Amino acid sequence: MTHLFPNVDWEKMWLATQETLYMTGISIVATFILGLLLGVILFLTAKGNMWSNPAINKIISAVVNIFRSIPFIILIVLLIPLTMILVGSMIGVNAALPALIIGAAPFYARLVEIGLREVDKGVIEAAKSMGAKPATIIFKVLLPESMPALVSGITVTTIALVGSTAMAGVIGAGGLGNLAYLEGFQRSQSDVTLVATIIILIIVFIIQFIGDYITAKLDKR
Amino acid sequence: MIHINRVKKIYPSKNGEVRAVDNVDLEINQGEIFGVIGYSGAGKSTLIRMLNGLEIPTEGSVTVAGHEVSKIKGSRLRQARQEISMIFQHFNLLWSRTVKENISFPLEIAGVKKANRDKKADELIKLVGLEGRENAYPSQLSGGQKQRVGIARALASDPKVLLCDEATSALDPQTTDAILDLLVDINKRLGLTIVLITHEMHVIRKICHRVAVMENGKVVESGPVINVFKHPQEEITKRFVQQVIEPEETKDTIEHLLAQYKSGSIVMLGFVGENAEQPIITKLIRSFDITVNIIQGKISPTQNGSYGTLYIHLDGAEKEQALQFLQSQEISVEVIKK
Repeated sequence: MTHLFPNVDWEKMWLATQETLYMTGISIVATFILGLLLGVILFLTAKGNMWSNPAINKIISAVVNIFRSIPFIILIVLLIPLTMILVGSMIGVNAALPALIIGAAPFYARLVEIGLREVDKGVIEAAKSMGAKPATIIFKVLLPESMPALVSGITVTTIALVGSTAMAGVIGAGGLGNLAYLEGFQRSQSDVTLVATIIILIIVFIIQFIGDYITAKLDKR
Repeated sequence: MIHINRVKKIYPSKNGEVRAVDNVDLEINQGEIFGVIGYSGAGKSTLIRMLNGLEIPTEGSVTVAGHEVSKIKGSRLRQARQEISMIFQHFNLLWSRTVKENISFPLEIAGVKKANRDKKADELIKLVGLEGRENAYPSQLSGGQKQRVGIARALASDPKVLLCDEATSALDPQTTDAILDLLVDINKRLGLTIVLITHEMHVIRKICHRVAVMENGKVVESGPVINVFKHPQEEITKRFVQQVIEPEETKDTIEHLLAQYKSGSIVMLGFVGENAEQPIITKLIRSFDITVNIIQGKISPTQNGSYGTLYIHLDGAEKEQALQFLQSQEISVEVIKK
């Protein structure tokens, strides 16, 4: 190993991997909750749906579109003041979280909305005809019936987030991206960059595999 | 049980307003199977959806099982809907739930405890004949089985009224008959009031007690099924009745036979109710010196008596007397060829 990758400090590499997993893990949980919330509101306030409300729908839709179209690297810079308030620092893994979440949640919200639109209108009507409350329709019809789409959506979002953590690393957030940039690129130790990239690839493959497995397991159609 | 009083449903559209339902008055009694028939766009779908508040009438009032569904909102409407179940053309089952979980769904909505839900679901699975399939998912079921789940689910909340929105239109003829038999069985066993809409006269004939015919948002004719079959008033009703009474090929057959029989008469007999089951032809042959050839016949049982037509060829010495005898019976006689 030391022969193949002379410059790789495996302890540092392992630490960086943990940091990447930490950033991805925390931000994906927050993205899931926030994205789901936004997605459900987007869906329900759309024309012809349960809480049809063009004004709210347009506002949320606009906010989602704005945050979705800002390049991530710029978003990090724009969010520096907010990060300082929330985390108190611009360095370290926690400093990356606000930008990661705010970047990913709107993306996931759109995927949630698309997933919910695929739910059979007849089934929603059937639930209504049984006297279901709006909350029952959301939690017992809309979410379970769109679950495969919600899971495959969160898989795609997680993989995008792994990429974002690497980018966040470049500006000092830690993780594999940070290591690859500082130790690999700037010191011209290409073996470090290579190993960091391979680890990121492995993480992505594992996430995709788990996501596909759960989606297939859930889908009884 | 159901009072529909001067109901109108008007949709605004680009080319003026659309009157989906136009001044409809209907009374539906407790324990009755009531059919509404019409072609697509006649307004029957809008009408049935007003019975559980999925549509709100523009004018008029709808009262079902003591609830004024055209007026109440929120939790009172949701309470009322638990007494007014509905089954659908495309079944509308939750694919993510098993048969048993689908049937339990209305009970979850009503807040019934898990143990009681299971008990009730098992009973209903038996009632609709789905034993052994309780843990299957809808995708593993045939169309007929899916509708059985739909019916079981609709019955779970012990409703007073069952609304059937083209419930058999997506099924093949054999499965349709099996589902219709199940509905009659439920109606008799549970005393449930059933309202169904359809475009197939076969469905009306087979299970309904009374029928309303809709055209352009209006009820153009209504009454006991047997009466409507006997004396259809409107052109549209006659067309629907012909669907089941007179198959397309009859006309061709008759024309063919008219050319074939050189002597004697061809007579069309119409039987309604009790008469349909009396041995009139036997009496005819025994009493008169004639030959009788049965050309074509069809008897359609309805919920309140049978209706049928019989084409016969009469020839022989006492032909005139035989015709008089037929006319003296309580059947309709139409001489097609002297």
